[in-house]
Amino acid sequence: MTIHGRAELRTSPDGAVEFDADVLVIGGGPAGTWAAVSAAERGARVVLADKGFCGTSGATAAAGTGVWYVDPDPALREAAMANREKMGGYLQDRRWMARVLDQTFEDSNRLAAWGYPYPVDDSGKSQRNSLQGPEYMRLMRKRTKQAGVTILDHSPALELLVDDDGAVAGASGVRRQKHDGWTVRASAVVIATGGCAFLSKTLGSNVLTGDGYLMAAEVGAEFSSMEFSNPYAISPAFGSVTKTLFYGWATFSYEDGSVVPGAASKGGRSAIARALLQGPVYARLDKADVDVQRHMRASQPNFFLPFDRTGIDPFSERFPVTLRLEGTVRGTGGLRIVDDSCATSVPGLYAAGDAATRELICGGFTGGGSHNAAWAMSSGTWAGWGAAGYARQLGPARRRHLASAGTVAFRSRSRRPFEPAALAKAVQDEVYPYELNYFRHASRLEGALARLDAAWTDASAADAASKDDVLRARESAAMLATSRWMYRSALARHESRGMHRRDDHPDQDDRLRHYLTSGGLDEVWTAVRPHADISYAEAAE
Amino acid sequence: MIEVIDAERCTSCDICVNVCPTNVFDKTDGIPVIARQSDCQTCFLCELYCPEDALYVSPHADTPCPTDIVALRQTAVLGSYRRAVGWTDETRDLRGIDRSYLLFGH
Repeated sequence: MTIHGRAELRTSPDGAVEFDADVLVIGGGPAGTWAAVSAAERGARVVLADKGFCGTSGATAAAGTGVWYVDPDPALREAAMANREKMGGYLQDRRWMARVLDQTFEDSNRLAAWGYPYPVDDSGKSQRNSLQGPEYMRLMRKRTKQAGVTILDHSPALELLVDDDGAVAGASGVRRQKHDGWTVRASAVVIATGGCAFLSKTLGSNVLTGDGYLMAAEVGAEFSSMEFSNPYAISPAFGSVTKTLFYGWATFSYEDGSVVPGAASKGGRSAIARALLQGPVYARLDKADVDVQRHMRASQPNFFLPFDRTGIDPFSERFPVTLRLEGTVRGTGGLRIVDDSCATSVPGLYAAGDAATRELICGGFTGGGSHNAAWAMSSGTWAGWGAAGYARQLGPARRRHLASAGTVAFRSRSRRPFEPAALAKAVQDEVYPYELNYFRHASRLEGALARLDAAWTDASAADAASKDDVLRARESAAMLATSRWMYRSALARHESRGMHRRDDHPDQDDRLRHYLTSGGLDEVWTAVRPHADISYAEAAE
Repeated sequence: MIEVIDAERCTSCDICVNVCPTNVFDKTDGIPVIARQSDCQTCFLCELYCPEDALYVSPHADTPCPTDIVALRQTAVLGSYRRAVGWTDETRDLRGIDRSYLLFGH
């Protein structure tokens, strides 16, 4: 591998750091690190800024994840694509599914070559459809550094920079452990900030507050499939470890010990949600035999931490469970992708991983980490290449005139202070309740939207946040903006499809096999976009 | 949530300050302090990265749970997650024993 040069560091008078780079990647989870490595390998000078620590940040690092890795056997690939289409509401795109399977295969082989300790089965075959988060992300940090990327840890981005033509040209933020700021001037920016889980403490997700969505929306980027944003994961009621797959071996019961009818981790989670509206629900993993129990322990040590540390044997004893909102981390909505390089609708801005829509391979349902993990590597790789190519085409860095694009929490207003904690709580009160978000209904969505729109008006009129509060203020504003694209899109889809359930429209409507685009901050809008199959069919008529 | 840094084991290497994704710890002249416990997301990663097994994360994600470090030292819990994932010299063989491929498709 050739290293073509590092981003150039300058220091400004107030101690803040400034870099000139070709590509800035915001977010250091799987998508961000793959993007950074890929851009660097194409000769770009790359800076990666992570809100926390690249290597531990995000939903993957703390967990274990399946990977949609399928051997390149046409029959296996066909089955892998076909068996998810119904669940996703037929909104996937076969061409994208095929290219994600190809790229995931390539990237997984690179992980093996880099030394990821894939397990070997009894027949001697390396098994590559699962990754241990801590191990995977420790390796990705190492590879990112080896590729010559400059990593800024504990450096949340707060706003994008744009040139006079409205093209994205960098970002700025704070270094929260150094109490100063950073600015990166870059020819292209990759948003890899993950989805938004609304600080629900679903495992590893409290850094995922939709920050990249807000920044992208401020430069006019569009979103897609934001109605598919309401998956909830099962965890012990007191704990953070959400590993819904393992509850496939569970029996769910009410307080009195009787079984919750229809409750299951797969295809029966809504029965759990309905039961939780009435009172506590318990689980016991009593369907796991001794072999399965052993495999679980070996595969997912973190799953057992909440049990081992409270003296519960989850296979023989009942424990209370809850459902934690995963929002767009496991939903499929995100920034709209407009071409094969994962460009967004704004020049110079790319999106990867959970920050981008996963509708192209998942439609309206993901079900678990597997497709998201495959998407993170694939879209990360493509966005990195795309951003590097865009930077090369733009030519050597010109000193463009740049302006900051940040709005809410940056503007001086005299009327009232910005209160981040109260705003975050107000958003959670609208997106957590199962009766609002799991089971949707026009009248309830309209009520929630009226309150959320009013909160946006309030936040927009609030004074600029203080230096110590600005990150929290921007996070809460991002959560608020996300909730409004979610619910506006949910209101516009008059059917149930994928994970989106409408009590007032309980069936899937074949005429509505389309995507919903959304966007806007002061005024939130939605629009219908046809599915690729339908556009081709119409063109052929 | 993170409950305790064992002052007897901690060497002030500050790795936990660096790796915590939600910036819960602060450096000091001595051992780090848990400065923002309520920001802890109970991801257990500080424990995993601590080379001295000096940290204990309680599994209770929403409520603090005061912990007696002297009592904990009598148990095998300190460092148990790090050993289980194979991040100690003695348990390195455990890094490659993921059996998820036998569990999928259930």
